[in-house]
Amino acid sequence: MRKAFNKELLSIAKRDPRVFMILADIGYGEIEEFAETFPDRFINCGVAEQNMTGVACGVAMEGNIAVTYSIANFPTLRCLEQIRNDVCYHDANVKIVIIGGGMAYGELGISHHSTEDIAIMRALPNMVVLAPCDKAETVALTDAMMAYNGPVYFRCGYKGEPDLHNGPIEAKIGGSAQLRDGKAATVFLAGTVGVNAKKAVEELAAEGIDCRLVSLYSIKPIDKAAIVRAAKETKAIVTLEEHNICGGVGSAVAEVLMDEGVGDVPFKRLAMPDVNATKVGCQAWMREQYGLGVNDVKNAVKSLLK
Amino acid sequence: MNEAELTKCHELARKVRIHCLKMVHKGKSGHIGSMLSMADILPVLYTQILNVDPKNVKKNDRDRFILSKGHGGAALLATLAELGFFPLEWLDEYYCDNGKLSGHISHHIPGVEFSTGSLGHGLPVACGMAMAAKQAGKKHRVFCLCSDGDLNEGSTWEAIMLAAQHHWDNLVMLVDYNRLQALGKSRDIIDLESLKQKLEIFGWAAREVDGHDQKAVYESLRDLPLCDCKPSAVIFRTVKGKGVSFMENDYRWHYGGLTDELLAQALKEVEEAK
Repeated sequence: MRKAFNKELLSIAKRDPRVFMILADIGYGEIEEFAETFPDRFINCGVAEQNMTGVACGVAMEGNIAVTYSIANFPTLRCLEQIRNDVCYHDANVKIVIIGGGMAYGELGISHHSTEDIAIMRALPNMVVLAPCDKAETVALTDAMMAYNGPVYFRCGYKGEPDLHNGPIEAKIGGSAQLRDGKAATVFLAGTVGVNAKKAVEELAAEGIDCRLVSLYSIKPIDKAAIVRAAKETKAIVTLEEHNICGGVGSAVAEVLMDEGVGDVPFKRLAMPDVNATKVGCQAWMREQYGLGVNDVKNAVKSLLK
Repeated sequence: MNEAELTKCHELARKVRIHCLKMVHKGKSGHIGSMLSMADILPVLYTQILNVDPKNVKKNDRDRFILSKGHGGAALLATLAELGFFPLEWLDEYYCDNGKLSGHISHHIPGVEFSTGSLGHGLPVACGMAMAAKQAGKKHRVFCLCSDGDLNEGSTWEAIMLAAQHHWDNLVMLVDYNRLQALGKSRDIIDLESLKQKLEIFGWAAREVDGHDQKAVYESLRDLPLCDCKPSAVIFRTVKGKGVSFMENDYRWHYGGLTDELLAQALKEVEEAK
């Protein structure tokens, strides 16, 4: 997915001279072509995320589009106050892109897990929060993000993620993508962990339980209509995200269900428990360990439909 | 700057001090010491150095000025109001319910380039503006006024290193160096001495000036950059609470509030200093 993002960004930067890339010494093997093609629109601030974010804001305040780019929680938590006070308060045209959302860097340990980012970013006024689930969404949402005038947080995957869509799609801020229709239950996914939701829904279908599968790639603003439709048209709702149970996509869906008066639908959030992930392993293994596996989704659906 | 212009700067500084004292008293707010320490610098900057226009605050070629020590924002607001960026009456709406002016400066006010309040934010943003100006071939300059406390923040030093690395000679850091911060003397908390040498070692061109000698302030900023291909730093040696005898060099006036009696005494001193 990171390759898809960088390729699309480069293509946009060739058309739009306002695009700058502001780094903090991360991006080896991916950002070189941008740096070589646009040396005057590229800067490596060194290992200094606070300054990276401030510089990006200053660049954006001059009428440009500044993209900060790093991995996991580095460009969000270390520089949260710069994002809040500088970027969001000034509604600056800064795009904060992370590679490796969730536990993509599972083996590296908690310092490299991005598992509170959605809750924190979506609590910031003016911030848009996007989480593509595969390459097609990455490309479409990169286009949507760069066309949008204002702060965006973009939670990209890492590498080798399978395609969930069958081909290129169109995506918009505030939208969602229905991957499959069904009446039994709706499974909402966000981000690359969606692969487990898709597999679970396929296996459930083989057992005669037809579920709707929807990618909530725009977490803020969120597609309220799709959530309300799911509550009215299907018998249960399950959410799946690679994020702490507090404040993420499941919370966002629950807020909509209650606010829109459709909170009586059976509902279950699948997310990481509110603990530090001290186990060591690859992303797929870690997902199983922390309750985000295929069987976890299937069991949640079946349990709600009992 | 001729004698008449210097006299105007003196007068503007006096008015700024009076406004700040009244605003802080009425709002029952703090940071008066930090405001008074830069009250002589801002009038010179805004009348003699910065290319800004109160009638066209967003003009493209304006010099950018970021007040990183946003807690002293009332001094900037008073300067802007006196120069016609917005009505003087707005100063009556400082730090109050439904007021126009917050305790820390906001870009929602005409003439305020950037909102600050938490230290360590100004210089990184100024770096970004300087980079963008260079990239676009624009000739305006980017100024950032920092405090001692700002120079405690790691993010400020991240920006200091980056600016030197890229030779942004369109960037000017001003330091209101009153050597007092919230809880005491800077030298007892984080000793910044020798700040000038530190900045020079970090690749900046730096100079030290008496920040209350407005002629010297002007001369220090007249010919920028101080050195081609280097960012410039002008360190203004200042006195916290300058102009009010019971506040001068007393860190308690970082936060201290003004009673009616103390306000009267402070106003008398400032007005008599005419």
